[in-house]
Amino acid sequence: MNPDGITAAVGESRPRVEGRLKVTGSAHYVADLPMPNLAHGWMVTATVSHGRIRDIDATDALAMPGVLGVLDHRNARRLNPDVAHHFGPDRSLPMLQHEVIEYAGRPIALVVAETPEQARAAAAALRVTYDAEPHDIEFSMNHPAVRPASTLFGPEADTGDLEAELAASAVVVDEVYHTPEESHSALEPHVATAWWEDGHLHALDSNQGPFGISQVMASLFLIDPERVHIRAEHVGGGFGAKTVCGAQIILAAMAAEHFQRPVRVALTRRQVFLATGSRPPTEQRVRIGADADGRLRAVHHHAAFALSPLAEYIEWCTEQARTLYAAPAIRTELSAVPLNLLPPCSMRGPGAAPGSFAFESAVDEVAERLQIDPLQLRLLNQPVVSPVSGRPFSTRRLVQCFQEGARRFGWAQRDHRPRVRREGNLLVGTGVAAVAFIAGVFPSAATITAEADGTFSVRVGATDIGTGARTALIAVAADALGVGTERIHLHIGDSDIGPAAGAGGSRGTTSCAFAIIETAKALREKLVDPARPVTASVDTTPLINWQPDEERYTYSAVFAEVTVDPATGEVRVRRLLGMFAVGRVINPLLARSQLIGGMIGGLSMALHEESVRDPITGRLVTADFAGYHISAHADVPNVEADFVVDYEPQDPSGFNGLGEIGNAGTAAAIANAVWHATGTRHRTLPISLGRVIEPAAAHDHPGAVSVA
Amino acid sequence: MRAFAYQRTTQIRDALNLVAQHDGARFLAGGTNIVDLMKAGVESPARLVDIRSLALGEIAEAPDGGLVLGATVTNSSVAADAQVRLRYPALSQAILAGASGQLRNMATVGGNLLQRTRCAYFSDPSEACNKRVPGSGCSAINGAHHNHAILDWTSHCVATHPSDMAVPLTAFDAVVRYETLHGPGEIPLAEFYLPVGDRPDRETALPDGALITAVVLPAAAVAGRSRYRKVRERASYAFATVSVAAALDVQHGLVRDVRIALGGVASRPWRARLAESALCGGPATAERISVAAEVEIAAAKPLRDNAYKVTLARNLIEAVLTELAADSGEERNG
Ligand SMILES: Cc1cc2nc3c(=O)[nH]c(=O)nc-3n(C[C@H](O)[C@H](O)[C@H](O)COP(=O)(O)OP(=O)(O)OC[C@H]3O[C@@H](n4cnc5c(N)ncnc54)[C@H](O)[C@@H]3O)c2cc1C
Ligand code: SF4
Repeated sequence: MNPDGITAAVGESRPRVEGRLKVTGSAHYVADLPMPNLAHGWMVTATVSHGRIRDIDATDALAMPGVLGVLDHRNARRLNPDVAHHFGPDRSLPMLQHEVIEYAGRPIALVVAETPEQARAAAAALRVTYDAEPHDIEFSMNHPAVRPASTLFGPEADTGDLEAELAASAVVVDEVYHTPEESHSALEPHVATAWWEDGHLHALDSNQGPFGISQVMASLFLIDPERVHIRAEHVGGGFGAKTVCGAQIILAAMAAEHFQRPVRVALTRRQVFLATGSRPPTEQRVRIGADADGRLRAVHHHAAFALSPLAEYIEWCTEQARTLYAAPAIRTELSAVPLNLLPPCSMRGPGAAPGSFAFESAVDEVAERLQIDPLQLRLLNQPVVSPVSGRPFSTRRLVQCFQEGARRFGWAQRDHRPRVRREGNLLVGTGVAAVAFIAGVFPSAATITAEADGTFSVRVGATDIGTGARTALIAVAADALGVGTERIHLHIGDSDIGPAAGAGGSRGTTSCAFAIIETAKALREKLVDPARPVTASVDTTPLINWQPDEERYTYSAVFAEVTVDPATGEVRVRRLLGMFAVGRVINPLLARSQLIGGMIGGLSMALHEESVRDPITGRLVTADFAGYHISAHADVPNVEADFVVDYEPQDPSGFNGLGEIGNAGTAAAIANAVWHATGTRHRTLPISLGRVIEPAAAHDHPGAVSVA
Repeated sequence: MRAFAYQRTTQIRDALNLVAQHDGARFLAGGTNIVDLMKAGVESPARLVDIRSLALGEIAEAPDGGLVLGATVTNSSVAADAQVRLRYPALSQAILAGASGQLRNMATVGGNLLQRTRCAYFSDPSEACNKRVPGSGCSAINGAHHNHAILDWTSHCVATHPSDMAVPLTAFDAVVRYETLHGPGEIPLAEFYLPVGDRPDRETALPDGALITAVVLPAAAVAGRSRYRKVRERASYAFATVSVAAALDVQHGLVRDVRIALGGVASRPWRARLAESALCGGPATAERISVAAEVEIAAAKPLRDNAYKVTLARNLIEAVLTELAADSGEERNG
């Protein structure tokens, strides 16, 4: 309780403030919001992976009822070809500009009609012909076009004499790991409604950060950013796919200008698969050298990922290798391979999720070769300071995560030999993996008004994509202002509020919380004056220390138990436990739910998710939920997530982000458990039954049965 | 939006007439398959004749001691039926292993048998597919065919039949009853699905415009000792990778009757007659079960990327028969 007798809201488990609206269907998502005089656009995408559009014959389509017109590269307005995005130049954003196709699924036309049904029917009547050219979707880290990845996130690590340390090692693991292309699959398909008014572009868009999107849209349409107004109040998930400026808003804005009326573009599930970003496939070589007692001498992680030649992107897989364990020599390398694939975008723990699968599998392989407890090996190699930069960690409670997790999971009883636990026909195994996930804040601005009625209007450009950010930020604001949460009116999801971190990079809530806290401080100074309303605004840009003396991460240790039927290859996860050190937790109920969701995403990545492309055409074959498998309820076992006590000294309130860390680590823990169950190391995700099944001779018969 | 007519009838004759008289008219049962295919642009019937109000919604005793499943009985009702569960347990298990509760509440006996393949190229009109457009080519044979056929396919089509329900029905020698304007007819399920040949678009022996009225399950003591096991890429809500329906009757240490059918391996539910004859008449030992499984899959021809299904089919036949043999052993001893 604070001095005014108000219970602190931060630290309390409180349900989502918009929960009731959502479960009663009264929360309005973009496609639910009515708009007078609305026209509907239907996106048409390329069916070749590389080539040129020879012709789009719209004669029949234009004659169909309700059709207003067809936008394509011949009549669409010109867009800025030099637009950039988070990672750098992005030539995939200027759509309908020319006839060149660089990936299947590329938007090539928008059919606009009075109703979505009319637009869809007309789109089916378009006759598109192509001059196909040879395409390349064969991903490999040895691809001739491979190049170093962008170093926007800083230089890769290179400390110590790697080759000498490897040569001096008692064991060296040198293995290659693969993860497939994956699709975000957020529940709400991408949708936008756009309209123009007096040279201003307005849009309702399902995205993960309206301010960032407004900047890109301004650049794309070459207008003053002040003239772009984007709102995203309720968003039905994103998983990263809505961090980028999506086809839906670009096409809707183009059409709204062309047809001079509001236009909505709502993607179908299939279109979401075909035309919105993916997690790129990765190939990762990990070399780890260790002494006989388990002490690591050398760590080398070389990761390669695919991208589109159109857009810069970084799948930063090498973060674990430079952070998790101490070693005299550490080298990381990151390579990019441009292919005729959908431009990737950040997905559920980008980099960390595939990177930790490879790296934490390799660490497990070191323990396997040395026949020591993989948890002991991890504890033995904990660094005191950052093993690459030599800087201290601001907080690092990974050991606590390991120890508490091991206690709850019953790790001490584990027989570390593989393939020794059996239950009937099933093999049983357990595994562990750790994660370090980079934390921090991005610049954000908040405005708070103390109203005459004693309430506070808090405005910050945060986005709540279903995580509970809104609820968390209300609690933060209430505590910062020293009032109960009922006196806080929070306004989010609007680019007009000002710069704000999107719901991405696990930084949305911490960044906006920081802005709210600083603004509340400024406001409290003004509150001595009794005049109301009174307003304060703070932009945290100048307050952020981009060169802190300490490295800032969140940590987790994930434990998994699996069963494997070797005769059928079926792998089932029985138990998952994640222990997390994620700073001070704002709302344990929502945080746990976010982490459990992430762990289920990791389970799904480990066992099920894979985008399959036709080997001949390069087109996506798994463009629906019948083909793209996500774990079903029956796959999701007993999942538990909990926290160790933690406090982030770099944050005024001790907070850190926890959006994505639940996801990373889980796949590696499951893969390690599958090895423990079967004795076979699976270095390719997903660990699907076709990969796990053993021929009859290999699995042991469950005892001959004879009723003679 | 593609317009179509919708009509509901209560008389079989009216339903048959409506479909006979209108080009492009089709029966609508639960709609869980045909409506999806209409949305995808794969099917475009000009008229749907809703048959759910026909008097075909009962499960009845057959004079020979079998059961007659009316064509419009829902999948849920079949699975929950006490007689089905007692006398044909694998049928109940198979239905419950498929789709979801909501879908099973809508889906019907007739519609289930006639559902189309889940080959991804079939359901995407922008891809070549002989089943959808005869002569256009088969995208799957050299494409993504991880879950396609391993038995009895031809270069014209390598798709599998997706139904779980049809697998135990095949094992139990079920018979499809139908009605046409020229009178009724019957086709044993074993002859109901046509071999792929060079016309994968022609899937069944059902005469044009015929209405399935029932599926008849003959009396079979062995069916009471049956099991269905379905392996798929996740724990639920996915079509079979390979499934097995099997029944085993052991008397005095010898296999008196055995039924085995596989799902997910061919363009139709696959009756494993070779395995059955390898087992029949002798003891149900592990060795003989294993040989039976081997004999059946010896004919398998995997595609480039689905050889694992051959191992799976083999192992699954073995696993299910081993369980059934163990059950018979326990019953005898208990
Ligand atoms: C998401 C999803 C998951 C599924 N998973 C599974 C699964 O795991 N296993 C499985 O086996 N199935 C599964 N199914 C398929 C489901 O079982 C079928 O869609 C269902 O059984 C079809 O029955 P229906 O009555 O809805 O047929 P409808 O869609 O109404 O009809 C299908 C076809 O049969 C024709 N027809 C229907 N009744 C008759 C009749 N009496 N006489 C002549 N023609 C008739 C129709 O004209 C149409 O061509 C799944 C379906 C979906 C959508
Ligand atoms: S396997 Fe059959 S259904 Fe699939 S593409 Fe080939 S012809 Fe069509």
